[in-house]
Amino acid sequence: MKLQFKKGSAKSAVVAFLAIIFGLLAGALLIAVTGSDPFTGYAYLFKGGLMSTERIGDTLATSTPLILSGLSVAFAFKTGLFNIGASGQMLMGGFCATAVGLTLPLPFIILLPLEILAAIMGGAIWAVVPGFMKARFNVHEVVSTIMMNWISYWIIYYAVPAYFKGQFLETESRAIPDAASMKVNWLTHLFDGSFVNLGLFLAIVAVIIIAFILNRTVMGYELKAVGYNRFAAEYAGINVNRNIVLSMMIAGALAGLGGATMYIGNASNIQIGILPSQGFDGIAVALLGANSPLGSMFAALFFGLLYSGKGFMNAMIQIPPEIADTIIATIIYFAATSVLIERLVNMLRFRKRGQ
Amino acid sequence: MWTILVQIFPYAIAFTIPLLITALGGLFSERSGVVNIGLEGLMVVGSFGGALAIAKLQPVFPNGAVWIGIGVAMLTGIVFSLLHAFASINLNANQVISGTAINMLAGALTVFLARNITGSGNIRIGSGLPRIDIPILSSLPIVGKLFFTQTYASTWLVLVILAISWYVLYKTAFGLRLRACGEHPHAADSAGVNVFWVRYIAVMLSGAFAGLGGVVILITYSGEFTGSVSGLGFLALAALIFGQWKPLGILGATFFFGFASTIANVSQVMPALASIPSVILKVFPYVVTLIALIVFSKSSQAPRAAGEPFEHGKR
Repeated sequence: MKLQFKKGSAKSAVVAFLAIIFGLLAGALLIAVTGSDPFTGYAYLFKGGLMSTERIGDTLATSTPLILSGLSVAFAFKTGLFNIGASGQMLMGGFCATAVGLTLPLPFIILLPLEILAAIMGGAIWAVVPGFMKARFNVHEVVSTIMMNWISYWIIYYAVPAYFKGQFLETESRAIPDAASMKVNWLTHLFDGSFVNLGLFLAIVAVIIIAFILNRTVMGYELKAVGYNRFAAEYAGINVNRNIVLSMMIAGALAGLGGATMYIGNASNIQIGILPSQGFDGIAVALLGANSPLGSMFAALFFGLLYSGKGFMNAMIQIPPEIADTIIATIIYFAATSVLIERLVNMLRFRKRGQ
Repeated sequence: MWTILVQIFPYAIAFTIPLLITALGGLFSERSGVVNIGLEGLMVVGSFGGALAIAKLQPVFPNGAVWIGIGVAMLTGIVFSLLHAFASINLNANQVISGTAINMLAGALTVFLARNITGSGNIRIGSGLPRIDIPILSSLPIVGKLFFTQTYASTWLVLVILAISWYVLYKTAFGLRLRACGEHPHAADSAGVNVFWVRYIAVMLSGAFAGLGGVVILITYSGEFTGSVSGLGFLALAALIFGQWKPLGILGATFFFGFASTIANVSQVMPALASIPSVILKVFPYVVTLIALIVFSKSSQAPRAAGEPFEHGKR
């Protein structure tokens, strides 16, 4: 059973679109079952994310870490690796950036690049360990990255109160100074006081760089070759182990950058006792975006819209905000079972031809 | 030292049991050839189903409610695991992604429903299982104090399931077929085994056991459904590899986790351990797992066909 689509990207766009439709239908069904009107609910959900310049800015800011974590997961996927540890890499990257921001009293123009560098290094180191274990000892990355998630969770749980204790709360760090934040006045004014920040531009630049690496460089070709067929790549003279470590390192760097956009961009301090859910959402983003950098960006913007509108919906009509997460999870289930959608598409075509 | 050991042992066992039963569920699924990283989500739905049943029934049957809750939790786990079975067995979906979808869906959907029911998203149960001393055995020297005092009935239930599972896996025709499906499904198929059904049953067992794991947390030490089991499902997955996909191996691996986590939790009140920074004790079980994964990587006993969809024509 082969699909008759001309291009792979057209096919994955159709699958993604139908998965979104099914996810929204499932959400509508749930809203209806719990006694609310789905149309009103969805109207509030999308209004909440889009009805003013400020809310559009907030939606973009909410999407920013998702773009980067999605890019991280998608990049590793290209080399056949499942980076389920984006959460821990984000936490580590965000912590390194916060630490630099709180420690070095430097002007914005020097401090921000240092923070970004720290975030990238933190995330990359956290992902190199599972990458090396996979390459050298063939340890499955799903389990090792999850262990790394919990190790970072506990390190930050104790490091933040010990070194960067907040003024009032034990459970968060001090707020970073303005010079250390990715928020800039002109952007805040442009979006009427939204928390959108330079992180958005970093994410867009990352999307462009990653798309370039994957499609236009030898390195990208080798990484993808390892993902398609490890043994064939090895036979063709590609150093498979080196590419596995490299792929995890870049994936970790992207997630670490994503952590920086969360903790020194959207927020201005780091909380303990939380593994950022944005890391796990990165899996959803990558899957819906069919592992392409541009696709991941659109998927992240869509999920960001759902997340940023859910609070407004909850305030206007009694629908619990978890509906957004439920819709996303349903979309992922349908994207994972894309065979079902492909069969449906084929069936519809067959019928049309038969008439 | 002895008194401390006696004090923390019941806690270590209480923490081990949900991990053990969940890892055992994962064992059935993976030995049949289906990777199930949705264990975390299946634990959450079990805990939700159990909490809802117990909270609703406790006013009516104060004594039986907990046991009915256990049954409901296992059923909820089975129903939810069918989503994973359908995706990975019928549709040849990527099993890791389907499992991830199960995890996300479980966390979101249960809290969504709980909020509609209770308003807060959490469900408290009136009371869980009582701790009991086993008569006669608890007065034995050494082991009596460690294993037979302050125990939960659910602990014994899980240990009985473990023993039965070992018997079924290694001593029955069904167990042999199940293991064959995970090692070489095409060979099993040509010998007349229905690979699809065996895998369905195995995934449903993993749902039932993970659901039981979720509800055991609820009725022993947590007492409240919160929409999360804080990574225990993933820890069970690690224990499965650590235990090399064998029932007794995972008993050892999960007990190690249970004991190490309990030590980390009580270190502040134990003079012998108070000098070690808490962070090292907390991180210890995860680091040891990473090291163990490296050590075992040379002689991995992983089921050979785990994660691979089975297609009739492809031989």
